Amino acid sequence: MAPRDYLLHLADNAVVLGQRNAEWCGHGPIIEEDIALSNVSLDLIGQARLLYQVVAQRDGNGATEDKLAYFRDTHEFRNYTLVELPQHGPLSGYAQANLDYATTIVRNFLYSALMALVWERLQSSSDPELAAIAAKSLKEVRYHLRHSRDWLVRLGDGTDESHARVQAALDHLFPYTREFWVPSSAETAAVATGAGVDPAELRADWDAIVDAALAEATLVRPAAPPGYVTEGKTGIHSEHLGFLLAEMQSLARAHPDGRW
Amino acid sequence: MGDDATVTAAWAALETLADPEIPVITLRELGIVRDIRDGSDGLEVVITPTYSGCPAMSQIEDDIRATLARAGFDARVVTVLTPPWTTDWITASGKEKLRAYGIAPPQRKAGGESVVRFISRPAAAEAVPCPRCGSTNTTLTAAFGSTACKALYACRDCREPFDYFKPH
Repeated sequence: MAPRDYLLHLADNAVVLGQRNAEWCGHGPIIEEDIALSNVSLDLIGQARLLYQVVAQRDGNGATEDKLAYFRDTHEFRNYTLVELPQHGPLSGYAQANLDYATTIVRNFLYSALMALVWERLQSSSDPELAAIAAKSLKEVRYHLRHSRDWLVRLGDGTDESHARVQAALDHLFPYTREFWVPSSAETAAVATGAGVDPAELRADWDAIVDAALAEATLVRPAAPPGYVTEGKTGIHSEHLGFLLAEMQSLARAHPDGRW
Repeated sequence: MGDDATVTAAWAALETLADPEIPVITLRELGIVRDIRDGSDGLEVVITPTYSGCPAMSQIEDDIRATLARAGFDARVVTVLTPPWTTDWITASGKEKLRAYGIAPPQRKAGGESVVRFISRPAAAEAVPCPRCGSTNTTLTAAFGSTACKALYACRDCREPFDYFKPH
């Protein structure tokens, strides 16, 4: 069986990015993209639910998927810092800071490129329930990757304005991908039992996907000087996650045990 | 009734039960109802979701239970994830019903190649015939449509915008 924290890592990534992408619902740059981001969110939240259900069932003792999503606090979340960052990214502090689509697209691309590889490997996880979720999620993330890659190329190889903004988003977000490659104790434990995937094994393939897309998009891969590596997946988060959770959890906490 | 007769009768009761979001096609034609078993703990209907976040799943469960209750069966509905649902399971009659309804059915088998090869290949131009006039002179408007399982296309000849049930 996969370690609990490993399942939570996968689930929390999906629910937090699902919540971020859902911020576009009703605010998309064009209606088709508004619908696309809501669809991506729906898939991600669906994946999170499946994973939380497995954790809740194994926890027993009255645990539920809702309690895991709505009644844990910031330090208990195991998602990458990358997925909790606000959409305004490099424009933070400017008047147009709210909801930068380039940031959304670049983040979805960097994350989907990783998860397509992760889910592909996890199909043969020694944890049969995780393997089943992986097979389902792989089909979905491939579509997300195609969508975000397509826009990455369009924006990168588009106008001077779109090129500059997507390059700025890439420069801003790229350092956060370092977290992908430093295994957490949960990942190490999951690899030891054959339930998880070693991120080091994915790096060459991830680089190939990213480099090919950046070349087509006429974007420059940011240099990666050594520096701080974020540790969201161990529970040490940026200041942004608390605000995201406050909004996401407010209804459930205002009406605990409420039912639809 | 013996086990086999019960199962056969339950299948018959569900034969015309439609999908709540695409009511021209039945759940069976869509490939969502995977199995009906009559075990020691009663009648069990096995279903599988199309997409992880498909919001119709609880409605589908309710519809199945209610339909079987009307036919005199007390059934449990069990959801399984594996093997994962694929559009390859949509029956030929189901695909024809989709087309007649204005939704272009999936044009190819769902792909299974490795992620790296899949994405480094240039996006293949998929010839999706317009469900209204049959022309293949159509174009993708948006990769996501009104439900998770569809994309939005438009016909360049008859100008009809239409949904495409994407291979999955």
